[in-house]
Amino acid sequence: MTPMIETRGLSKRFVKRLDLAAKIAERLGADVREEVVSAVDRVDMTVAEGEAVGLVGESGCGKSTLGRMIAGILPPTEGRILFRGVDVATMDEREGKKAALQVQMIFQDPFASLNPRMRVEDIIGEAPVIHGIVAPRDKADYVEEVMRRVGLDPDYRRRYPHQFSGGQRQRIGIARALAVKPEFLVCDEAIAALDVSIQAQILNLFMDLKEALNLTYLFISHDLGVVKHISDRVVIMYLGRVVEVADTEKLFAAPNHPYTRALLNEVPRLDLRRRNYQPVVGEIPSPLDPPSGCHFHPRCPHATRRCREEAPVLKEIAPGRLSACHLNDGT
Amino acid sequence: MAGTGPTLRVEGLRTHFFTNDGIVKAVDDVSFAVDRGQTLGLVGESGCGKTVTGFSVLGLVDPPGRVTDGRILFNGEDLLTAGEERLRSLRGNRIAMIFQDPMMTLNPVLRIETQMVETVLAHQDVDRDTARQMARDAMGKVGIPSPDERLHAYPHQFSGGMRQRVAIAIAFINKPDLIIADEPTTALDVTIQGQILFEAQKLCRETGTALIWITHDLAVVAGLANHICVMYAGRIVEEGRLDDVLDWPIHPYTRGLLNSVPSQKKSGERLEQIPGMTPSPLNLPPGCAFKTRCPRADHVCDAEPELREAVPGRRIRCFHPHTQGTP
Repeated sequence: MTPMIETRGLSKRFVKRLDLAAKIAERLGADVREEVVSAVDRVDMTVAEGEAVGLVGESGCGKSTLGRMIAGILPPTEGRILFRGVDVATMDEREGKKAALQVQMIFQDPFASLNPRMRVEDIIGEAPVIHGIVAPRDKADYVEEVMRRVGLDPDYRRRYPHQFSGGQRQRIGIARALAVKPEFLVCDEAIAALDVSIQAQILNLFMDLKEALNLTYLFISHDLGVVKHISDRVVIMYLGRVVEVADTEKLFAAPNHPYTRALLNEVPRLDLRRRNYQPVVGEIPSPLDPPSGCHFHPRCPHATRRCREEAPVLKEIAPGRLSACHLNDGT
Repeated sequence: MAGTGPTLRVEGLRTHFFTNDGIVKAVDDVSFAVDRGQTLGLVGESGCGKTVTGFSVLGLVDPPGRVTDGRILFNGEDLLTAGEERLRSLRGNRIAMIFQDPMMTLNPVLRIETQMVETVLAHQDVDRDTARQMARDAMGKVGIPSPDERLHAYPHQFSGGMRQRVAIAIAFINKPDLIIADEPTTALDVTIQGQILFEAQKLCRETGTALIWITHDLAVVAGLANHICVMYAGRIVEEGRLDDVLDWPIHPYTRGLLNSVPSQKKSGERLEQIPGMTPSPLNLPPGCAFKTRCPRADHVCDAEPELREAVPGRRIRCFHPHTQGTP
């Protein structure tokens, strides 16, 4: 079956161009170069229809950049994004718009992602009217229906975002995304800014919506507990590259990549009391100057010479399981 | 210096903020104690008063806030009657604080070395070279590689995790009797959080420092603390030994909080959520503040519950606790 979303060799590089002074210095022979960050480096991944895929990694690993490219709000530098098997770059304007509507994004910060000068009914109702999903005269009823769906009281539809709490604002963000009837939601750290008891409410809402509307999710998070709970499959990223892909259960039962193992080891757990922490050494390297070969090798306890020199490719190590580690080649 | 009593005993602490909109009872009748070498987890959601509790101990509450009642006994000495000069000689010396944002501790325009040496010289009668040596040792202890070089750097040259380590090194440099850590790992990545928890745990074991770890993350506390206080709307609602509270939460709020954590349940199942949201501190319901969200609330909860010992070693503030039945 054709996956709903597929990326092929998708990359995003951010380049800091030289300013005039630097250009002159360069002419005069100074050693200045453009700074290039490979935020996302040749990523291949798929999300099947009805699936919830968790995208996990630490800050600066490129998970948000990848999510934004998939959601169509950031153009890729290289590579292709296929929506239901069709390259979005080759679609004509009408098709492109239609595909873009099908993929919606929910952001981390419920304070920054809503226009403070718009009323809730306009935040939710504007897009569906513009895209002809509802007639302008049915807007009020439609907004009411969507608000109810995400657990908001429709009586509040004339209020402004600042009159709501963080959890309610996140519900408004979800309602705005749902209002254009998408099939696919990219949730970028959508519950990270919320309190624990409110996190549970929003997670439940995501699961209810998935069932009711047959939604597909890309769930970007640094919180492995949350990802484990909601995802069918997990993709682990480190410094712009995918290092492991596996079914959630299998990944948590037997992580393959040393980075995944380290990550799972570090997660605080309620059932581990007064444990002795055995942290991975070192910092996350700067993406401006990533280590050679395997990006993880300076922090990896099993690194060999080959790891320092040659970047491992993402390979299938068992059906449906991918890992990018030289250790899987046997010694 | 340390007597036979606990390092810190807080009794009936009330810190209120007198705002134009009314009185906010940020901390309302809070009592707890920490012994030498022990770790107390102070847990709650935003606005529950856990940070203000920490600030109150250090005498850092600014107007319109004021400690209106209670006693804060540090090695037997009441800090509330101690006076600013005495407090200043204790802060950074016998009591230290680690903040969520390490830039609250660090001055952005001074080299790390200057800041650390200053911390030592302000409180100890040693020469500059000894102070420098102590700074180097402290940097090494929190796992900062090549401390000699790093001492000459400015805070902006460090990553977030490194800055937090420097803040921890500064907190530990005078070997305090008590450290109050306010969400020090919340802004950090998982692998870096693990490193910070490891350092804090190691240093407390080595020096016998008592630690108060303020956090919203129950799982972090589970890995660290001996004792736990759960706060809600300015009050402690449950207090007891860590294992007891996590294995058998008696207060409906603690129970709700634990059930909200995803790792507790099988994947994909609905979480048992706590309905509603935290009430505004300006407008708390009379009686039990949790009653509007509590599945067990009835008319009895319109009266204010007192903190009482429900089972041996466990104090709670509830009329309908889960003392019977299954954990």
